[in-house]
Amino acid sequence: MELFSANDVSKTYASQQALTNVSISVEQGTIFGLLGPNGAGKTTLIRIINQITAPDSGSVYFEGRPLKSSDISQIGYLPEERGLYKKMKVGEQALYLGQLKGLSRHDAMKELKMWFEKFEITAWWDKKVMELSKGMQQKVQFICTVLHKPRLLIFDEPFSGFDPINAELITQEILRLKSEGATIIFSTHNMESVEQLCDHIALIDKSKKILDGPTTQIRENFKTNTFDISYRGALNIEDSYFVSKYKILSHEQNGHGNKLHVQNLHDGTSQQLIKDLVNQVEIISFNEVIPSMNEVFIKVVKQNS
Amino acid sequence: MNKILLILKREYTTRVQKKSFIILTLLMPVIMAALMFLPAYFMSMNDEQQRTIAVYDGSSVFLGRLESSNLTAYKFIPKDEYIALKKDIKQSSYYALLVIEPNFLTTKTVQIASGSNIPWDLKSQIQNKIQSILEKDKMAEVVRQTAIPDLEKKIESTKTPIKLETIKVGSNGDSQKSSTEIGMILGYIFGFMIYMFIFLYGTMVMQGVMEEKQSRIVEVIISSVKPFQLMMGKIIGIALVGLTQFALWVVLGIAIFGFSKNFYPDHSRKQQIQNVMEQKQDVVMQDSSEPPTDKIQELISMTDSVNFPLIIGCFIFFFLGGYLLYSSMFAAVGSAIDAQEDAQQFMLPITLPIILSIMVMMSAIKNPEGSMAFWFSMIPFTSPIVMMSRIPFGVPAWQLILSMSLLVATFIGMVWVTARIYRTGILMYGKKPSWRELGKWLTYKS
Repeated sequence: MELFSANDVSKTYASQQALTNVSISVEQGTIFGLLGPNGAGKTTLIRIINQITAPDSGSVYFEGRPLKSSDISQIGYLPEERGLYKKMKVGEQALYLGQLKGLSRHDAMKELKMWFEKFEITAWWDKKVMELSKGMQQKVQFICTVLHKPRLLIFDEPFSGFDPINAELITQEILRLKSEGATIIFSTHNMESVEQLCDHIALIDKSKKILDGPTTQIRENFKTNTFDISYRGALNIEDSYFVSKYKILSHEQNGHGNKLHVQNLHDGTSQQLIKDLVNQVEIISFNEVIPSMNEVFIKVVKQNS
Repeated sequence: MNKILLILKREYTTRVQKKSFIILTLLMPVIMAALMFLPAYFMSMNDEQQRTIAVYDGSSVFLGRLESSNLTAYKFIPKDEYIALKKDIKQSSYYALLVIEPNFLTTKTVQIASGSNIPWDLKSQIQNKIQSILEKDKMAEVVRQTAIPDLEKKIESTKTPIKLETIKVGSNGDSQKSSTEIGMILGYIFGFMIYMFIFLYGTMVMQGVMEEKQSRIVEVIISSVKPFQLMMGKIIGIALVGLTQFALWVVLGIAIFGFSKNFYPDHSRKQQIQNVMEQKQDVVMQDSSEPPTDKIQELISMTDSVNFPLIIGCFIFFFLGGYLLYSSMFAAVGSAIDAQEDAQQFMLPITLPIILSIMVMMSAIKNPEGSMAFWFSMIPFTSPIVMMSRIPFGVPAWQLILSMSLLVATFIGMVWVTARIYRTGILMYGKKPSWRELGKWLTYKS
């Protein structure tokens, strides 16, 4: 089921085109990666979802009907540029932000207690925000984003400022929220976490969407039919048959563990390659090389420029 | 609406709880009272130094006639002692040396020499004494020459101090004792207070907007509320802080005023003040039918005739109107800039009309019915201050209503314009925008 979608959304600021006919569709209960270089238009799209700004043309749907202002309470947004009132106390501030999202004071208090205990930060309740470190502030901010149990969560660079331990804590929380049915739009430049978390991605560059699809399928689409093989034995790859079918990218022979990095130019499948190899050598490992999201990102964006 | 209330509550409570707010609120009336009453108090304090003044009277007109009072003694000295004393008055036991030259009656000049600075009180006391002796002598001469019986008393009786009462006549013919002085004082105080409040709380709004922008909390908040709600919540919240402060000042002011009302008629103090006044005034004034203290009492009693409920009601209206008008502009400026240093360029067009208002106010309290006072009390950008300074003198109802309507219409228009700048400005980081860009922001779709 589709929770959120944008159809043909365009937005122009003064002289700059921020979004050009962008459409995305976010399935309920999935993590949707919104990728793109700096200044591509991601933040504009996120602001449109949050109704901070309105599109010049195109339409935006939530639960299959046009997005309306009361949907704000169903959305939680952790912006990339984020902060808190420095002189306000942590607890008071979290209560305030929860109430702004439509929670009653009582409910906000109950939820906050639960989260503060979970993150082991109850001692911070009466501290002023300025007394906390950057990472601590980010934790508080994360809680404020998810406090009102929104159905759609938007995280823009949620891991910035976190040490690896806390980044892992947040990752687990995001996965838990997903398992409980939340839908997440995730924007980041950290492609490893995209591979780890995102079910589906869309890549925006120069105000246009240039790539869209399930993460695994996209990586699949960008594979170049190359394989990593390690083997034992002597391999003859000089003969004309082999050369016509395969392109040797690298070949290491050092007696016990030989390695071959090869591209199948013929039909791209692993079957024929294995057949051609097993006649000559004993295969220890055989892996198809699937490009990382990082490689996909760089390739696509470079092509587009 | 509910969200505006939440924002308003936060803006209000965080500011009212601040130490600086509490201190300023409590201290201000004390400082004001001190500024008003301390000079009066010091004036009433007696000069308690014992002084002996050596007098050399070359003209022999005053010999033995300068009567010593309980603090100041006059000792007449012969010429040789005068010559010796002239050289070292500082080392002698005398406080000062008063020299009346032999040709005094033609020069009408006396000299006083002292090692220290002679107080103004003493100087005028001596002057008065000499003057009255001369006058008495001349009078006696005239009486002797004309030989009219009781002439002295008759002349004395011609001296009649008069009092000018200003009466304010209402449209239905009823009249009320009014005081131009009180009007001026109140006009000045209230006009100045509006000026202060607009500046104080307007910049508070600007700082609040900048704080939210700089700390980047603004993006979090406007994903929950509309920028307009955030702006209005802040503006109204801070307005309530101002009204709270004003209410506390009124209460404290009434308390201090009530205290001072009891303070002046107190008999022993009244006597002291009278003493001081007499020393300063012409000795002849002693016979004046009205003791000077009554003037202070009269001034205080005249405040009874002032329509305080109207003034305070108008003050609240013009404070809110002026504040809303200006604070929405301050909010727009705060949203457009990233750092305090960039504020100057945009502040100037806001502060100019406020400063102009104060200048017009100074002349409006002197001529509250003049055309300048009239026009500037109609123009919404200057009306809060200028109209407020006119109100204690009484302003026709139609002028008041017209001025208020113009102000309301203008601030509604201004809030509409500034809200559009604000909602774009708070999300713009980096380069300081130009006026042209601010203009463009008005046309952006929200």
